[in-house]
Amino acid sequence: MSKGVAITGMGIISAIGNNVLENYTSLISGKAGISKISHIDTIHADEIMVGEIKTTNTEFENHLELPENSYSRSPILGIIAAREAIQQAGITDINDYKTGLISSTTVGGMDKSEQYFYEYFESNAHWQHINGLHAGDSTKKIADAIGLKESFVTTISTACSSAANAIMLGARMIKSGQLDRVVVGGTDALSKFTINGFKTLMILSDTYNTPFDENRKGLNLGEAAAFLVLESDKVVEKENRKILAYVKGFGNSNDAFHQTASSENGDGAVLAMQKALQVAGLKPSAIDYVNAHGTATPNNDLSEGRAMLRIFGEGNVPEFSSTKAYTGHTLAVAGGVEAVYSVLALQNNCMYPNLNFKTPMKEFDLIPQTEVKEKEIKHVLSNSFGFGGNCSTLIISKEA
Amino acid sequence: MSKTVYINSVGSVSVQKTFDNSEFLNEITSYNDTVASVINPDYKAFIPPAQARRMAKGIKMSTVSSKTALQEAGIENVDAIIVGTGLGCIGDSEKFVGDIIDNNEQFLTPTRFIQSSHNTVAGQIALGIGCKGYNFTYVHAAVSFESSLIDAKMQLENDEAKNILVGGVDEMVKHHVDSHRLIGHIKSKPVDASKLLASKTKGSVMGEGSHFFVLSNKKQDSTYAELVAVECYNTISQENLPKKITSFLEENQTSMKAIDLVILGNNGDVDFDQYYTDLSKGIFRETPQAYYKHLSAEFDTASGFAFWLGAKILKTQNIPEVVKLNQLKASNTRTILIYNQYRGENHSLVLLRKC
Repeated sequence: MSKGVAITGMGIISAIGNNVLENYTSLISGKAGISKISHIDTIHADEIMVGEIKTTNTEFENHLELPENSYSRSPILGIIAAREAIQQAGITDINDYKTGLISSTTVGGMDKSEQYFYEYFESNAHWQHINGLHAGDSTKKIADAIGLKESFVTTISTACSSAANAIMLGARMIKSGQLDRVVVGGTDALSKFTINGFKTLMILSDTYNTPFDENRKGLNLGEAAAFLVLESDKVVEKENRKILAYVKGFGNSNDAFHQTASSENGDGAVLAMQKALQVAGLKPSAIDYVNAHGTATPNNDLSEGRAMLRIFGEGNVPEFSSTKAYTGHTLAVAGGVEAVYSVLALQNNCMYPNLNFKTPMKEFDLIPQTEVKEKEIKHVLSNSFGFGGNCSTLIISKEA
Repeated sequence: MSKTVYINSVGSVSVQKTFDNSEFLNEITSYNDTVASVINPDYKAFIPPAQARRMAKGIKMSTVSSKTALQEAGIENVDAIIVGTGLGCIGDSEKFVGDIIDNNEQFLTPTRFIQSSHNTVAGQIALGIGCKGYNFTYVHAAVSFESSLIDAKMQLENDEAKNILVGGVDEMVKHHVDSHRLIGHIKSKPVDASKLLASKTKGSVMGEGSHFFVLSNKKQDSTYAELVAVECYNTISQENLPKKITSFLEENQTSMKAIDLVILGNNGDVDFDQYYTDLSKGIFRETPQAYYKHLSAEFDTASGFAFWLGAKILKTQNIPEVVKLNQLKASNTRTILIYNQYRGENHSLVLLRKC
């Protein structure tokens, strides 16, 4: 049984709060962040609902003391969440240990690129955003904002499993001794690009998303940034850190079934969960709560539900819920947001309701947790699946 | 005890004719331009034409280079697929954005959106060979490929995998070139590739390519070299660079004298080549030196070409004249160091050894 990697800080900004405490308060009071879209001018505004962060870029830029319209939204959100995580960990000098930054994103600076796509050739007014399209550019800006120098900084993009993979890579690099400390997570802003992309795939709901419900109509897109600080035992000991929880297990696999759809029986998801349990040295029965990927698309919830049944066995699936009815599907960041929620579940011994659930799916007998429930929680399993067949599972635990 | 990591095979599609592993820069295509496009292999030999028509260029190039690498390694599947790409299939992203604007968000089809996801290449390869193993995509500019190497090396050393397909791919498309030329990242006037380093102008010549390798912790007949170490740094000041390189070598028990060849990423950008020229005249003044971006052109994963070049040199013990940056010679080429950076950021060091 292998030892977990210590989580010593976390930060988040999502549609249900601009920091960890606000997110937790919303979670336990059942307050969803799903609304009509207000920041992006799209012809689909009346047909979709989103998990939008209501603060504008200008307000954020004022707060961060950045020139107006200098950054796209992804790095702005990322800076806020990464700073909160670092502050919570009690880090005063980010360069005092061998530190890495592993972020993740799917849209990068697309929100600006799509806005000035043709304008770039008519005026130089917004050329500051040209290079911002690169996914790595958002990470570079976060690294600069936290003052990280001469360090390992990279970005992962595996669609909707990206941040889970960033956390996994960070944990592996700490375990193998390559880094003493690593800031891991992701950031993704809403964009016309993703709204229209998911629209063409016909998996956007026109109302509040309803994970694991028979009548689910698809997902609500969301935006968020979430980061964790992982530190080695050496740092934890030397700095006398308060440990929030441990990254205990992780698994990554590919469904190798279809570019955008999950296999009917969730083969990739099963493999990811099996690997994570194996790394953690845990039996499925040790899992107290599953924070499901649960996007509320017909395909995902069926595939994931079947995968859970295969892992835990009929009648033995632990309490589970999807928090996407609160935040929307935050794409690259989903695994990061849900890792933060998993830590909060461990800290507070409570699990969150799967909002908007009414009717069980006819394919199986699985009913998500629909009320806030308090119980001793030792191990949380969190799933994230994405396009390209990418399946990832994290197990976050109270004890190492 | 951690296991040794070997480069067991290579596959390259680049702006040179590199797709045939039995050759090694036998014919050079010399560009006099601000951009360079890949020399297309016979895609039909690898991809059914009906499929190829809808495929993004990055996927096509990578299908060929990954299949070439798998074939040469003599394996049909791998334990993991790890891909680095600065921009993914940016051509589809651009077309999709253009369509959104031109058609006011109407009449869109999903194919372009699906292919624009950064992890499309890794996903397509997994789908193609039915690989359900670990699947990752790194998208961090000039260290996208090196991030993949670090990940693969860690898994092979710890014996978490036996064979990993690792690659770097980027495709070049019009909007990206035109917009980056506006901000001076791409040269505004054509430059003769053979005189690239003397251009004295801003920006680089933009190219594209796909390089795949089978890395393994088991040596075999096809093995090219040992991958000794990889490190990436988001920043390094010019002053600190020599120190950083020396300590990297020290950490890997390698002396400066032991370096038989250093492969440098000079791209002819008058603003940033100083990082390399300082080293050429400084710590590497007595080291045989090579460069390659006059052959590969510049793109986020151009260092995949350097990795290919280093592996080929170690296996064939032949340093093509065209890549030589100075006339110093080592009696044998046993150890190669690759150093790259782009626009002063995202520095990487890769150490290869003959085996």
